[in-house]
Amino acid sequence: MRINTTYCLLSLLLLFTRFAYSGTIEVCNDCPITSLKEAIAFAKPTDTVLVKKGTYKEHSILINKPLSIIGENYPVIDGERKGEIITITSNNVTVDGLFIINVGTSYTEDYAAIRIKKSKHFTIKNNVLEKLFFGIYLEKSNYGKVIHNKIIGEAIEEYNSGNGIQLWYSNHIDIEHNYVEHVRDGIYLEFSDNCTIKNNVSTLNLRYGLHFMFSNDDVYQNNTFEKNGAGVAVMFSKKIKMLDNTFKENWGTASYGLLLKEINDAEISRNTFEENTIGINIEGSNRIIYKNNNFINNGWAVKVRGACYTNSFLENNFLYNSFDISYNSKVNDNIFDKNFWSNYTGYDLDKNGIGDVPYRPVKLFSYIVNRTPETIILLRSLFIDLIDFSEKVSPVFTPDNLLDNNPSTKKITW
Amino acid sequence: MLKILKYSFFDLMRSRWSYVYFAFYLLLGIVLLFLNNDLSKAVITLMNVIIVLVPLIGTIFGVMYYYNSKEFTELLLAQPLKRSSIFLGQYLGVALSLSMSLILGLGIPFMFYGLFKSTAIWDFSLLLITGSFLTFIFTALAFNIALSNENKIKGFGYAILLWLFLAIIYDGMFLMSLILFEDYPLDTLSLVGTMLNPIDLSRTLILLKLDISALLGYTGAIFKQFFGTNFGLIVSLSTLTLWVILPVLRIIYKSKRKDF
Repeated sequence: MRINTTYCLLSLLLLFTRFAYSGTIEVCNDCPITSLKEAIAFAKPTDTVLVKKGTYKEHSILINKPLSIIGENYPVIDGERKGEIITITSNNVTVDGLFIINVGTSYTEDYAAIRIKKSKHFTIKNNVLEKLFFGIYLEKSNYGKVIHNKIIGEAIEEYNSGNGIQLWYSNHIDIEHNYVEHVRDGIYLEFSDNCTIKNNVSTLNLRYGLHFMFSNDDVYQNNTFEKNGAGVAVMFSKKIKMLDNTFKENWGTASYGLLLKEINDAEISRNTFEENTIGINIEGSNRIIYKNNNFINNGWAVKVRGACYTNSFLENNFLYNSFDISYNSKVNDNIFDKNFWSNYTGYDLDKNGIGDVPYRPVKLFSYIVNRTPETIILLRSLFIDLIDFSEKVSPVFTPDNLLDNNPSTKKITW
Repeated sequence: MLKILKYSFFDLMRSRWSYVYFAFYLLLGIVLLFLNNDLSKAVITLMNVIIVLVPLIGTIFGVMYYYNSKEFTELLLAQPLKRSSIFLGQYLGVALSLSMSLILGLGIPFMFYGLFKSTAIWDFSLLLITGSFLTFIFTALAFNIALSNENKIKGFGYAILLWLFLAIIYDGMFLMSLILFEDYPLDTLSLVGTMLNPIDLSRTLILLKLDISALLGYTGAIFKQFFGTNFGLIVSLSTLTLWVILPVLRIIYKSKRKDF
């Protein structure tokens, strides 16, 4: 009983101080407080620490109470490559408007510019991160926002570079309007459910623009992934929605617009895949709905590697791809319906906008190239056109039920 | 030689066939541009046509010209002229007029369409260069066939067979051998196989400028590394030149020893 009263009193006292002193602490080079660390030590919960323009050479800054750290005119926090710069271990922390540079590189620890550890309701916004190892690292933290940050790395090798925004066991996170370039993986999610990734740009990264592992029920929308080493990888995840994204110019020997591996029950709609070596590479993915996507000028628009069942491709545009669909087996359990194929040569006598002859998206040549990749050198040869034609007339090697029975004769709009 | 070249050239310029050939390309260029509305797409379609048609027309036209002007050739042989200059003059006359029909026929519609402002100009010039090379190669091969065969029907037969072989059958055999030896590293084999056939070589050269994303798969990288660099371009162009020079040398050799 006694203890309870003490607690009550204490919390009342805390509440009182909170309302009484919730103030602003200024940090600048000629203020009484000249460093972030001092300011945090001095500050009381819910205080605002206002960092004025200047350079602050600090690292291992621990934020262990609910504070708002707000930078004015982008003050520079220089970690001098000595280690992690900001670590947040408290709920309700806001970090806004800092320019954080020179994160330390380590082969044993993942140093980050900003790390959030086991906290909730945080907001990381308007920060600029440069010369970093890991950018924003969320570790078992939930219900947070990562908005409007700019992360510019200088990664050259995969083994000694980190990720831009990394989520690890973090659920219900909103990642919006961020710009990430030149890191290993732009945005990386591992064991993170119910996250929303919207309006981000992830480009020129060493490996993936966006990387999902074991993360379910996430939505990513309106993002642009351009010129990444290997495109975007979504692996071992369920119920992911991928909407309105652009996957562009992911060129390279093993580069994909989108790599799906062990993905079930996902929805892929209104995306644009343009000029990728492989638009979508699918492996062991089931019950996915592809609707209203644009596949433009890719080497392979869709490459199906195997163990993909009950997927449906509906009302997509396949425009000028070298290969529309590539299959490596004779079994087909996927549905193609009402797509527009720029390679379609059929006719539409009743003028209902649907071609009267079914379209076979898998060419014999794509089957041959799958078997013997070197044969790609015969692409667009007259002989290849001839055998493709004969295969089209009577399929022997490609799945004979793989056809679009209602190919659209007009480009589909939505 | 120049006089005979000039004569053959103007003779062909006056002939109906050059005009038909020229008009065909002009029409093709115009139709493609107006249907496609996209210069780089038009270049791709054009490549498909050029790779097949230019060798065919080169062979047929070369054989036809040789047999048709046979009487005139015999008349020239009675004059104090070097044999090599007679035949080389005729050969160059045919090849030049065919290339000119090709370049003008395709060039004019593209020029009006705004080629000089487009980025496709390099692809297009490469297309015209390989097209001209193919004309020279296949006309030379046709002259070889005609020189070796007195019988017109036989000559035409061989000429068509030659085109069929290089345009289609070769690729079939190439494909079969690649599949047959798929357990072995095939990079060199496929590179050599491509280099040996002028049609394949031209196709690959142009393709690497266009379908790059497909070819950049992990095997494509090897081809890209070879054909995409300046070194590869030089090697390819010199192979094409070799393809012109060798048959021409055989024309000279054969014409010197032939009984008329």
